[in-house]
Parts: sequence; C-alpha cells; structure tokens
Amino acid sequence: MPENVTVYVNDLPVTVPTGATVAVAVMLSSNVCRTSVSGEPRAPLCAMGACFECRVEINEVRHLRSCQVACEPQMKIKVGR
Amino acid sequence: MQQTFEIVVIGGGPAGIAAAVAASQSSKRVAVLDDNPRVGGQIWRGGPGLAQPKAAARWFYQLETANVRVFNGARVIHADASARTLQAETTREIFPIGYQNLILATGARELFLPFPGWTLPNVMGAGGFQALVKSGLPIAGKRVVVAGTGPLLLAVAAYLCDHGANVARICEQASSSSLAAFALRMLAFPGKLREALSLRYKSRFAKYATQSWPVSAHGKISLESITISESGRLREIPCDYLACAFHLIPNTELPRMLGCHLNQEAFVETDELQQTLHQGIYCAGEPTGIGGVELSTIEGRIAGHAAANDKRAAAKLFPARARYRKLAAAMKQAFRLRPELATLAKPDTFLCRCEDVTLHQVRQHNSWKSAKLHTRCGMGPCQGRICGAAANFLFGWNIESARPPVFPARCESLAAISSLTSSLTTETEPPQFHGGFQ
Ligand SMILES: Cc1cc2nc3c(=O)[nH]c(=O)nc-3n(C[C@H](O)[C@H](O)[C@H](O)COP(=O)(O)OP(=O)(O)OC[C@H]3O[C@@H](n4cnc5c(N)ncnc54)[C@H](O)[C@@H]3O)c2cc1C
Ligand code: FES
Repeated sequence: MPENVTVYVNDLPVTVPTGATVAVAVMLSSNVCRTSVSGEPRAPLCAMGACFECRVEINEVRHLRSCQVACEPQMKIKVGR
Repeated sequence: MQQTFEIVVIGGGPAGIAAAVAASQSSKRVAVLDDNPRVGGQIWRGGPGLAQPKAAARWFYQLETANVRVFNGARVIHADASARTLQAETTREIFPIGYQNLILATGARELFLPFPGWTLPNVMGAGGFQALVKSGLPIAGKRVVVAGTGPLLLAVAAYLCDHGANVARICEQASSSSLAAFALRMLAFPGKLREALSLRYKSRFAKYATQSWPVSAHGKISLESITISESGRLREIPCDYLACAFHLIPNTELPRMLGCHLNQEAFVETDELQQTLHQGIYCAGEPTGIGGVELSTIEGRIAGHAAANDKRAAAKLFPARARYRKLAAAMKQAFRLRPELATLAKPDTFLCRCEDVTLHQVRQHNSWKSAKLHTRCGMGPCQGRICGAAANFLFGWNIESARPPVFPARCESLAAISSLTSSLTTETEPPQFHGGFQ
C-alpha cells in the first residue's frame, strides 16, 4: 500500500498518510468543516461520530461525518457549507 | 434472509471482544457487531493493524482464532426485544440479525462542557484528539493544552508528547489533596500505579497543575489561546489545540431502547451475571459504570460465559470484578467534577452546537423536554448527545428515553425499520437528517 494519499479539499490538493480520516485532511488544509446556523466556523469536536460538527461533502455526497471516513485517492471534499 | 446467532454482542471494544471470546468457548454461534472499520473500541482504536499494548494483541489474537463472526462497520440502529432482532446499517446495506441472547457492550463517549469559546475549531475532546493523531494528524511542535480530570489526561498527554507535541500544560481540575488520597488507594494496584508513573514520566516536560481548568478559549477563526483558572488565578496560555477530558458518559441509547432499567446514576442495572432485568439481555463495560479497560474486559468475560450458560466460569471472575470496581469507585470519588465547572458558560455561550442555541435561551425552560420543544436545543443531527449531556451536568435535567433509530440513519434504513416494526408508527419522530442539516 502506498504511504500517502492525495485528496482535494475545496479543489486544493492535500496529502495525508494512508488510513487518515477525511477530518485529518480538512484539519491540515482549511481547518474548517462547516459553517454553523449563525455563521461560525466549526471543526471536529469528538472525532468518534457523535457530535456531527465535522460534516462535509465527499464526492458530492453531503452531510458525511469526516471523522468516520478514511481518505481515498482523488477524493473530492467540499468544506465550509 | 435473516441471519440468526445464539449470542450477539453489540460493540467491539474491550468488553465486547472479551464477551465474544468467552461466549465462543461454548459451541454456540456468536457474532459481534461494531460500527468502526476495525474492532478495538475507544482504547484499542485502529485494531490489530496498529501498534497496540500487549493485552490488546492477546485479545485480538483470541478473537481472530475464536469461532466468532465479526461484522465491522456495522452500526446497530434499531433493536426489538420482543422479536429478538436488530437492524444494522453499513455504508452499503441495512440488514436484520436475530439473536437468542444479546450482550450490550456499547462503551462510552466523552462529556463536553460548554465554556466561552468551546465551539472554536481545535478545541476538542482529549480522546477524540488522540484518535485524530492516531489516524495521521501531525502534531510535532504544536502547542497543546490538555485539560480536564482523571487518568485519561495523563494517558493523552503522554501520547502527545511521544508524538512530538509541545504540551504546554496539563490542567487537572481535582485538588492536590484528592489526588494524594487517590494515590494512597492506588497502592493496592501496583500495576496501575506503575502505569500512571510511566505516563507522567513520558509527559514530564509538561507542567501538571491541580485545581486548574479552562475558563475561556480565544481565537479569530480557530483557537489561538486559552484562559485557565489555576489555584484561583487566571492565566492565558497561547496554544494550537485544547484537548478536554471531563469524564466519560455511557452509551445507553440501545439499552434504553430495549427497555433495560437504568439506575439513579443513569448506568444500566445488571445482576451478578451482568444480566439486565430482561432475561437474555446482558450488559458489560462502560454502560454499567465507568471503570476502565480492565473492568470492561472482566465484565465482558462474565457476560459471555453467562450468556453461554456457563455460570461456573462466570462466577470465577467475581472477585477480580469486585477488586476493579473498588478502583473505579476510588477514581470516581477523587475526580468528581467541581461545581464551578457548571458555571463557566456565559448567557451568550452556545449550549447546543447543532442549532446554535445559547445558554440564556435554554435556561428559560425548566426541563429538557420544554427546552427542546421551544428552542430546538437537542433537535439537530447529534440528537442531544452533546448538549443533552451538558444540560444534564449544568441543570441536572433528565434526558428522555431513546426513540429509534439510535443514530440518524439513511432513508432506506428508516423504511426498513418501519416496515419491520408496527409499534413505531405512532411513536417515531423522524430524525432531522434531510433538511435539518446545515
Ligand atoms: C474517546 C475516548 C478515548 C479514550 N482513550 C483512552 C486511553 O487513551 N487510555 C485509556 O486507558 N482509556 C481510554 N479511554 C477509556 C476506554 O475507552 C475504556 O476504558 C475502554 O475502552 C472501555 O471498553 P468498552 O468495551 O466498555 O467500551 P468502548 O471501548 O467504548 O467500546 C464500545 C464499542 O461499541 C461500539 N458501538 C457503540 N454503539 C454501537 C452501535 N449502536 N452499533 C455498533 N457498535 C456500537 C463503539 O463504536 C465501540 O467500538 C477512552 C475513552 C474514550 C471515549
Ligand atoms: S468530530 Fe464529532 S462526529 Fe466527527
């Protein structure tokens, strides 16, 4: 297995170790996963699937918890919605 | 077609693994369902692939060689005690599983306390932050403050130091006198004491402060610094991450859905064989009381043997369980959360992060139900997992019983559940997962 995977966060390439979750890729790039109801930037809190603060769009599927999904080559991740 | 097992274990953490291994020593058909890509639970997260402690490696080996069917990435979203069936969801499908005996080993999650700035990116749960680092987040040279209470603080701080982080402070909310009293009681557990000392040695360059807790977090887009209270004085510390560990709370949604009885402290009540008040439904590990990995595995083994009807093997483990329950009780006493922590949030601090509901708005109500109805607090995708637990700590509110599904599930899963259960039609309130998401 290759050591690293490259994914795209809002079209910018980010390289992470194989096995890293999408949350890690987001924290390494924009640092923000979603915008809250009142407009605040939000990022992972629990990293175990409970809080839903880390949700992003992955390959055009919205509302996925980035802490629960492993990065795959060429994944397209959209954040900040 | 529905698969049926004589014994089904929900949760593949230490308790669930031990339960499955013990149960498989009979000739019964045993299955484990866990929602992570690999078994291991919170403490052995990542499973056999990662470098793990010796005890973990032993358990993984036993599970692999036992006659146990393991379903990874399968989240149980519904359980029906009268039909003895579960509904599990993976990213690809929803499938029913039948059981004769059920062992609930659903573990615990972290309690998060609201304080000004707790919604800033990079303010995280300590266990969660550690999980991100394990999964590849580089932290070499990053300034981290670890704050909260109990042994998890040291475990996380040591792990972060090992990975090159600059741990600026370890803030323990307990007083030095309760720590001293706890250390005395630890003398009866030399192994645990040695473990604690070795963790402190690994994190020796980080200042360890007692009577210390975060008061507010600051930053424009993400965390830049935090203000802590340390022995009565306020102090600002610049940092990149704040990792908070204010105790664990049990995952009791499934036990509650199955009608298991909770005791006054909201833990699942069991008899000496770990059986709940429901015949054939057992519970082991953190949902019966927060006790750490050793107690979880012992309870798991007892439940596994008991579910396989080997009461003698189960009874042999009672003394070990009693010993570790004593340690758990000492821990609970030493690291009890101080009342000041319930006063950190200001009127404009968000209590509910999903719907951005402030403390002031929630405080207008006198029950969780009323607050939910009028403010949408707890109505977002986390279904009150974060704010409900916080409201329970802040106001002592009782958080109502679980309705299916246990987690926001996909449309297909909901359809499958409602076609399988008639009782749901009147009771189910659809989860807010379509339009409800922001
Ligand atoms: C975030 C976190 C980090 C921790 N880090 C440490 C540490 O570094 N050191 C330490 O000594 N202790 C740590 N602990 C404490 C440690 O987790 C426990 O002592 C031990 O793991 C308890 O084992 P358990 O089997 O009871 O529960 P858990 O380990 O929590 O296992 C429960 C399992 O059940 C799964 N599950 C729950 N509900 C469902 C469902 N509906 N369907 C399918 N699967 C489900 C969970 O995903 C999990 O895999 C941590 C706890 C948490 C919450
Ligand atoms: S960080 Fe909490 S669900 Fe992903």
